[in-house]
Formats: sequence, C-alpha cells, structure tokens
Amino acid sequence: MGKIFVIFKRELGSYFITPLAYVFIIIFLFLSGIFTFNMGSFFARNEADMVSYFRFLPWLYLFLIPAITMRLWSEERKQGTIELLMTLPISLGQAVIGKFLAAWVFTIFTLSLTFPLWITVNYLGDPDNGIIVASYIAAALMAGAFLAIGAFVSAISKNQVISFVVTVVISLLFVLSGTGVVIDFFREWAPDAVVRSISELSFLSNSERMSKGVIDIRNIITYLSMIVCLLIACAITVDMKKAD
Amino acid sequence: MASLIEIRKLRKQFGAFVAVDDVSFSVDRGEVLGFLGPNGAGKSTTMKMITGFLTPTAGTAVVSGHDIGKEPMKAKEKIGYLPEGAPAYPEMTPQSFLRFVAEVRGLRGADRDRRVDEVVSRVSLESHLYVPIESLSKGYKRRVGLAQAIIHDPEVLVMDEPTDGLDPNQKFHVRNLIQKMAPNKATILSTHILEEVEAVCTRAIIIAAGRIIADGTPDELASRSANHNSVLLRLKRESGTQLREKLEKLPGVKRVEFKEDDAGASLHLFSERGRPILKDVSRLAFDQRVEVDEIREERGKLDEVFRELTHEATVKAGREN
Repeated sequence: MGKIFVIFKRELGSYFITPLAYVFIIIFLFLSGIFTFNMGSFFARNEADMVSYFRFLPWLYLFLIPAITMRLWSEERKQGTIELLMTLPISLGQAVIGKFLAAWVFTIFTLSLTFPLWITVNYLGDPDNGIIVASYIAAALMAGAFLAIGAFVSAISKNQVISFVVTVVISLLFVLSGTGVVIDFFREWAPDAVVRSISELSFLSNSERMSKGVIDIRNIITYLSMIVCLLIACAITVDMKKAD
Repeated sequence: MASLIEIRKLRKQFGAFVAVDDVSFSVDRGEVLGFLGPNGAGKSTTMKMITGFLTPTAGTAVVSGHDIGKEPMKAKEKIGYLPEGAPAYPEMTPQSFLRFVAEVRGLRGADRDRRVDEVVSRVSLESHLYVPIESLSKGYKRRVGLAQAIIHDPEVLVMDEPTDGLDPNQKFHVRNLIQKMAPNKATILSTHILEEVEAVCTRAIIIAAGRIIADGTPDELASRSANHNSVLLRLKRESGTQLREKLEKLPGVKRVEFKEDDAGASLHLFSERGRPILKDVSRLAFDQRVEVDEIREERGKLDEVFRELTHEATVKAGREN
C-alpha cells in the first residue's frame, strides 16, 4: 500500500507541476458551463436539478479524459523512465494502480470543482440533493471507466497522439454501446445475452439512469469490473511492451 | 562467501535473434567489472536482465543471494541501477525526484532527507537542486541518475555507459566517484571507452555477438596484444641494415618490421608470445657497437586487443548465421 501511495503522490504532483492540470481544469469547467447552460437549457427547463449537466458529462469525458491518460504510460516509455520504474523495488501492479489512482483522484477533484453549479441550483430552487450526490458518485465511477480505457491504450503505444485518438474511439464505442449504432451491429449475429450485456456497458444509458439518481448496484459492479479488467490488461500490456 | 553478483548461463532471444548467449560470470565485493563490447553486442541486454527489467529466455542472475527471477523485489532492493542515458522524470526537480526514489526504496521522513542530502553532496548537485531536470545539462542529468542509483547505498551497482556523452572533466568526476564507492560494492559498468576500463576497472569482460570472448584484468587483456613487450629501435640508416639480420635471428624475436626515412631507420621487434626482449636487444646492440638513438619497450594496448577479438567474434557469428 505504501508504495502505491508513493507512485500516486509523484504522479499527482506531476499534473500540477506542468500546466496540464490547470489547462485541463479550466477547459473542463468552461465546457461544463457551455453544456449545462447553453446546450442543456438549464434555465429553460425551469427545474431545480442538475440533469442538464450530468447528461452531457459522457461527451465531455470522451474528449477530455484521453488527454489525461494519453501520457500515462506512453510518456513513461518514450522518456525511458519505465526502465527506472520497473527496476525499482515495486511490482507492476503497484505501479499500474498508483498511476491510475492519481489520474482518477485528479479527475474527481476536477469534477468537484463544478460545485458552484450545485450551489446555484440550491439557491434558485429546492433540488433533491440526494439525487445530486448519487449523480456525482456515478460520474466519478464513469470517469474511472474512461480512465481505465485510456490507461490500457496508452500502454500499447509510445505515441501520445495515437494513444489519444484510439482512446477516444474506444470510449466512443462504450458511450454509444446502448444505442443503435453499436447494438445493431451485434444484433445481427450475436446471442441475445451478449447484446444485452453490451448495451449494459453503455456509458450513455448508465449515466442517463444515474443522472436521475438511480444508483443500481449493477451499474456500480459494471463500472468497477470494467476498471479492474482494463487495469489487468494494462499491466499485461506494459509488461509485454516495456522494452520495445 | 558467495559473490554479490552471480550470472548463470544467461540467454536472451528476440525472435530468431540471439542477443545474449550463455553468459556466465560473477562479481565480488570490491570488484569493478568493465563490460566491453561493440554496439549491439548485448551489454545493455545483459544489464537489463541482471536488474530485472528484461526476463531472460534462459539462465538467471543472483544478486546478494536473491534470484532476480524468483525474488525480484528482494534482488531489486539490493541493486542500484543507472540505465543508459540516465532517464528521469523531466518535469521534476532533482530534489523531488530523488525524494521519490528514496521513498520507493522505503526511506521515509528524516532518513529520506538525510540520504538525499548525502548523495546530493556526493555527486555535487547542490547548485541545481531546484531546477527542472529537463533544463539540466547532460552532465548534471547524469549526476541525478547516479545519485538516484546510490541513494539506498546498494551492495550492487549496475551502470550502463555512465560517462557516455560527457565532457572530459565530467568523465573524470564520474570515474572518481565510482572509484570512491567501489570498495564496499560489487560494480558493473558498461562502456566502450577503453581508457575508462584501465582507469577504474579491476576486471574487464569483452563481449561480442552475445558471447563472452575475454575475461581478465585490464593488464592481462592488454598483454594479449601482439604489440605487448615489443621493442622499438631507432638508429642510423647504415647501422639499421647491419643490425637487422642479427635481430631477426635473436631468440624470442618473432618478427622485425623495418622502416627507413631521411632521419634514419626504425626497427619494430615483435616478441614471441609477449615475452620481454628489451634486455636481449639492447645487449646485442651494445655488443655490435651500434649507436642507438632511441630504444623503447611498448605496452600492449587494450583497444588493439579489443579490435582483434571483437572482429574475430563478429566474423565468426556472421558465418554461423
């Protein structure tokens, strides 16, 4: 545990040494505002809730989270620091988890900076704060799933641009997996159970459900198992490709 | 006591290419082993297997009694490693980077700070502690890498080309440092600068095409040179021709190279199996009452041996493939 924390601390610190963290936070908050107020018609809906914010969150994650994860392992391999990291007395698992947790905590921190929105809603009306808390938890879990995809992809390529683009594409598949775009492709030939589990993975339908405050234990298990599986895949990939 | 580093039949294959082939050796405390070889000979690959970065195809390395394959954590704790090019996180400052490595090595709080201070003064890094590593010069980056490698005062120190790309002053500094640390460690360093081996190493291994082709002290290796104990003689032209035949018949002399120029003649006498012949040659010259302008005994040079051996091995490996 101690060593995971050492990795975590270094990684998180690195976000804030470089402009990355600040640029990310500003853009995230700026886009959050646009999505909520302009496209989500926050005022026109005349409801005291944050549905207009959470509904667009998957789309925001889609383009911003790969920007965090693209350097996670790609950079490590490109700079050669992976050789240092892997010859220090830490296990591969500790390194993978430490790095992932740093990215996750950073994203959750950014997410929490949208709190003025929550205050606004409470100032203007009388929202169900339980729903909002549930939505935040769901948003944090979804961020974890996006990050795990990105962590895995960045282990595959040394090139950050490739790792960004591929992460966006794979994440997009997950975002849309509940919609016709992806499902129709599988419905033709795959058994019903498979089709249903794929649509179950959809970030969009999950977040739709959760933005209404429905935290289903199934959703949580879906996200957590996705994170675990992808991190295992990430560790295997790092181990295979570390010396390339 | 068993050696601190024991390499047993180490082999690494990338597809059909054999990078390291059946390499075995051991290094004791106090020894500084110079790992020599042309580029692509398998030096770095061997070091990467010793430090646990690469998994060997066959064979193993045992560091301080811990098998790197079976107990990687314990073995890694005993090793300090400077990878080629001294990689470090560019956005960090040397201070935060060294603290990070110290913490990964299990050092905390005051202990950690004391060790960081110690290695920083050891590699003279005080003036650049708070500058991001990416803006440091090559020499300072290398010092950061060295500091990182010795932060836990390891029993085993492995360095991949520690002085590569440094200026002569920096090289001198790094070599001094290695020599100062050597007595209570087992050290392996790779290099292709041969003077470095003569300056810091107690032992040298020459590796080519993945195989060990020579192993001995730098002096032993140098004495394998054809030049070793050969004698160079300069004299007047007429005495040169006069002496030449007699010298060729002298016991112990294998071959005589004869050159003439305006200033006189020079004779280069190669000795049989590197035995000293200086005395015999000077006695002969004295007996013949020949006036000698200059007489000098040559030492074998490591780089000649290196060239001969690695050339042979590379040609041989090429033929086998």
